[in-house]
Amino acid sequence: MLTRAPDARGGFVAGRGAAAGAARLQVEGVSLSFGGLKALRGVSFDVEPGSITALIGPNGAGKTSMFNCISGFYKPQQGAIRYDGQDVTKLHPPARAGMGFARTFQNIALFRGMTVLDNIKLGRHSHLKTNIFNAFAYWGRAAREEMELRAEVEERIIDFLEINHIRNSPVAALSYGLQKRVELARALAMHPRILLLDEPVAGMNREETEDMARFILDVKEEWGTTILMVEHDMGMVMDISDHVVVLNFGEVIARGLPHEVQRNKKVAEAYLGSGDPAALKAKLSGKPSGAKTVAGEVRA
Amino acid sequence: MSDLLFFIEVTLAGLGSGALLSLTALAFVLIYKATRVINLAVGEVLMLGGYLFFAFASGLNLPAWAAIPLAVAGGGLVGAVLERGVIRPMLGENPISVFMVTIGIGSVLVGLVELVWGADPIALPAFMGNTPIFLGEAYVSRKIAIGFAVAAVVIGFFVLLFRTWRGGVALRATASDQAAAYSCGINVPGVFSAAWIIGCGTAAGAGILLGSIGGIAPTMGVFGLSALVVVIVGGLDSIAGALVGGLLIGLVEAWAGTYLGGEYKIVTTFGILIVMLMIRPYGLFGTTEIERL
Repeated sequence: MLTRAPDARGGFVAGRGAAAGAARLQVEGVSLSFGGLKALRGVSFDVEPGSITALIGPNGAGKTSMFNCISGFYKPQQGAIRYDGQDVTKLHPPARAGMGFARTFQNIALFRGMTVLDNIKLGRHSHLKTNIFNAFAYWGRAAREEMELRAEVEERIIDFLEINHIRNSPVAALSYGLQKRVELARALAMHPRILLLDEPVAGMNREETEDMARFILDVKEEWGTTILMVEHDMGMVMDISDHVVVLNFGEVIARGLPHEVQRNKKVAEAYLGSGDPAALKAKLSGKPSGAKTVAGEVRA
Repeated sequence: MSDLLFFIEVTLAGLGSGALLSLTALAFVLIYKATRVINLAVGEVLMLGGYLFFAFASGLNLPAWAAIPLAVAGGGLVGAVLERGVIRPMLGENPISVFMVTIGIGSVLVGLVELVWGADPIALPAFMGNTPIFLGEAYVSRKIAIGFAVAAVVIGFFVLLFRTWRGGVALRATASDQAAAYSCGINVPGVFSAAWIIGCGTAAGAGILLGSIGGIAPTMGVFGLSALVVVIVGGLDSIAGALVGGLLIGLVEAWAGTYLGGEYKIVTTFGILIVMLMIRPYGLFGTTEIERL
């Protein structure tokens, strides 16, 4: 067991190294259906390393389905998800977590009944190397990993996200906004190279939203992590995203810089409707009229 | 004075059977914690453990030190097959359906055991000896004392394991939020399998202990029902609850059986169950928001 000790250190070093890097994510022709319902139809887009990319679209557009394909909770029937060029479509979430994926959930998924610190520590679970035999020898490697983990967690993430005052509180007792922040902290403890945020500011008030937006920008700037987020708050999307991808009825209808997407007629129509019954009928019958040309225009 | 001595002897016997109840309850709790399935086949897996030990020790003439681990491993294997083959395909189904399936599994196990070994009770080969043990002046049956000691050691080992081993952390995280655990790099399907394997192996081990005290029969699975009372009293998702609840029910059963008469044993146990369900449906140590059974 002693001979394996360097592995543990190696694991940590690799973990740290990974945190510094940013991953490129490519979604290539992903289709997903549940029975007869086609949630995604040939969706393709790229997330550039170190960028903040927002995935937007009206309710039911397939954003969360796309997100679950990327994080490994769903397996698309067609297409591929590439992570730094490597096909990860078939990998399950723990395998992806080990590679540098981390996500948050639309409906907060924290370990209730545990403290903030315990939740954050669990983020490092996939990177711990302690095995069953020396877990009992608490003062061996387990203790050292524990100390390193604690120091790392406490010094960086807790300070960074300004949650020092609640570190020992049970998460269930916290306000909604703080719970979201703890979820982000747990994701950061995973040393992600790509951070997937599912509606990070949903249900937050103005002040909480501004705080969260600042944290997300800081994550990008200080840690250089690639960020992909699904979000409904257009103000925030337009403020902090580098790139926006718009989904509607399971298809990409537009992509580009925030202000380009904002001016896109197709996008306005998806959100507000064109007011033209014939257009709506055509859309429901499954004949997307000119979606591709619009997307092309925006890209050009 | 002799009344007091008698009371102490009854109490010790109660603690002995209580430890076995705790051990069996632990199997319920482990499986429920990880997979949110109330596995009513635990009692039958326990019975199968007794028969597997009988097969290895009497049929193959293996010594006890080999037959016991083999029987426990056999129970674990049954757990693995059940989880992978029956329970996992039913993930996301109505909990009542899964619950009913485990009842069915129990009946199938009883049928299989009757086919192979017949329906008559069998005495297990003695491996513990019969010399009574005296604690001071109080007499304790050697088998019950050994059963208590083994159960205590196993439970202590589990408690330690779940406190220190990261598998215990994985179990707690999975119990708390499966999606979050999955995204944090915890192999949730692996936790499911491990819980069923360890749970059914534990039940099989309890079956060997129980069988060596009172013999084995295809009907000994009803012991699982007493253990179910224990987990409801202690809390379905609480290891500490299984421990305390088991000793409590064991004591109450021994006292009621001795001082009120044998016919009051079950009445008292299930009376406690009813009162418990009325005043604290999530059990002594259970999570409050747990679904009510």
